[in-house]
Amino acid sequence: MTEWPLWEIFIRSQHGLAHKHVGSLHAPDSEMAIKNARDVYTRRNEGVSIWVVKSADVTASSPGEKEPLFEPANSKVYRHPTFFPMPDEVKHL
Amino acid sequence: MYAQMVDTGAKRLRTSEEMSPEERAFQERIDADIKIEPKDWMPEAYRKTLIRQISQHAHSEIVGMLPEGNWITRAPTLKRKAILMAKVQDEAGHGLYLYAAAETLGVSRDELIADLHSGKAKYSSIFNYPTLTWADIGAIGWLVDGAAIMNQIPLCRCSHGPYSRAMIRVCKEESFHQRQGFDIMMTLCRGTLEQKAMAQDALNRWWWPSLMMFGPPDADSVHSAQSAQWKIKILSNDELRQRFVDQTVPQADYLGIKVPDPLLKWNDERGHYDTSPIDFEELYNVVKGNGPCNRDRLRTRVKAWEEGAWVRDAALAHAEKRAARSARKAA
Amino acid sequence: MNRDEQLFDYLLRIADSDLVLAQRLGEWVGHGPVLEEDIALTNVGLDLLGQARLWYAYAGEVETRFAARGRCEDELALLRDASEFRNLLLVERPNGNYADTIARQFYFDVWHRLFLFQLSRSGDARVGEIAAKALKEVRYHVERSADWVIRLGDGTDESHAKMQAAVDELWMYTGEMFESDATDQALTIAGIGCDASALAHPWREQLSSILSEATLTLPTGAWMQSGGKRGVHTEQLGHLLAEMQWLQRAYPGAQW
Repeated sequence: MTEWPLWEIFIRSQHGLAHKHVGSLHAPDSEMAIKNARDVYTRRNEGVSIWVVKSADVTASSPGEKEPLFEPANSKVYRHPTFFPMPDEVKHL
Repeated sequence: MYAQMVDTGAKRLRTSEEMSPEERAFQERIDADIKIEPKDWMPEAYRKTLIRQISQHAHSEIVGMLPEGNWITRAPTLKRKAILMAKVQDEAGHGLYLYAAAETLGVSRDELIADLHSGKAKYSSIFNYPTLTWADIGAIGWLVDGAAIMNQIPLCRCSHGPYSRAMIRVCKEESFHQRQGFDIMMTLCRGTLEQKAMAQDALNRWWWPSLMMFGPPDADSVHSAQSAQWKIKILSNDELRQRFVDQTVPQADYLGIKVPDPLLKWNDERGHYDTSPIDFEELYNVVKGNGPCNRDRLRTRVKAWEEGAWVRDAALAHAEKRAARSARKAA
Repeated sequence: MNRDEQLFDYLLRIADSDLVLAQRLGEWVGHGPVLEEDIALTNVGLDLLGQARLWYAYAGEVETRFAARGRCEDELALLRDASEFRNLLLVERPNGNYADTIARQFYFDVWHRLFLFQLSRSGDARVGEIAAKALKEVRYHVERSADWVIRLGDGTDESHAKMQAAVDELWMYTGEMFESDATDQALTIAGIGCDASALAHPWREQLSSILSEATLTLPTGAWMQSGGKRGVHTEQLGHLLAEMQWLQRAYPGAQW
């Protein structure tokens, strides 16, 4: 018969942090995917929350689109704090 | 290593002029240490070689559970039993991460497993040796995991993003494996005469197979150059093997047991240990299927897989039933 | 038996059941139906082994109150003979196919959770602490095994038949979980242990609801096996111990 579908696993490692992709695994459905994720990816207390997404449902940008997608951000250096040099004697900024 | 003798399909390296523009751009990215990610263009040979290498590595983890699993039910203390169970379980996890890395290359885990079961895909020769005493569990952790880590740490920097991330995770988890092995050896060597003899016997049997884990000598490794250019092999077989010997001999000295090589000697000039020549005929034979446990190992894997088929099918059938029920409810 | 001897015996019952089941789950490592399940089942085994060690440690302490010395976990686990083991017969039953393993686990887990919940309120602080810690793990075990009972019961025709056969086969080993002997009664009155017979009703309720969701029939056999608490076991335990205890027996006094 067919293989269990593949799931992408995202884990929040600590309260206050965002979920981060940690890997994938196979499971027959989302409930089991969460349980399996708990057993596979949090054996060393790595997580406080788990998201699972069917791999087939992930739409990824294609590398060819890299320039239109990401180049514009490169030209907006003012979004980064290092764009604004501060005098050394000014603290806490 | 866990992936020994990986065929790249290339007999010699191609020059930059011989490459297509795409291929040249690809090689330039690798040279610049930019990772190759799943949707990036890659030469077919790179993809195929990686599938072979990663799946060999994954199969090794899974088959590697068997020789150690052989001692879970007989571990001498509850603490050792817990540690061993956790370790073998980690190996299942490592196999899983690696299969997932291979799956990003457009092959399914079921296909990879089918290749293992048919004998088409290989796994490390080391797991075709038997674990006859408790000391073998120590020797595997100390020598086999020691050798594996040596190979895997550089692979964390390999060119393929998913493989390198899997390796990083594996290395992080594996750091305790080698230590627990050495700890077993230490306890045995400080124990009764019988226990020390057990430790020596394990070293005698595992030493040469451990050196063979690093694969054929560089001179005979026709595929290494291509793999090195692609940065999916970072250090050569002989380099890694030498490092392993240099690192392990003093550890054996510390344990007070003897490496079973009459010609083993420190060479001041080279700054390395010299060893007797390795019997690579044995390696080729074990890889071919003639090791002491090849047939048993494979048969055990196939049996587990076949006996699990109805369980996997049932879980899927149930998921489908449930999805259909909730779809009906929604309608 | 005085109170401490009774408590010692009671702790061994809990520890032995955990250990024997962990040993059985250890047999599965590397042979599971799918990699994810191999890992998950091993986690359950590791939890149970960890719990057994906590109970043995406390048993060893209690033993010092009435004996010249208290035995360590390895002496208790690896140097007692089958007739001194106090585990439930259920947990020593062989792994069989995956449905057999799941049925055994499910029967045990549902009982184990109810039992530990009661013990977590024990008048003996140590018992209460260990039970509370174990309870967290066992809540998850129940979820998993119930989940699998449902999946296999309401899966394919083949899995349904296997799951039904498994719950039927093991049914006669469940009665023992609710037997209350003199030790149980004395410790219940002392506010340390729990009244095993009181767990029968909630256990059955939870069981019925899961089995019905799994489209399985609740077994009806009334004749139950018993003996584990008195050290009278099935033939399986001797083999299990022979394997588990072999190194300690073959090399007496060695450190590992």
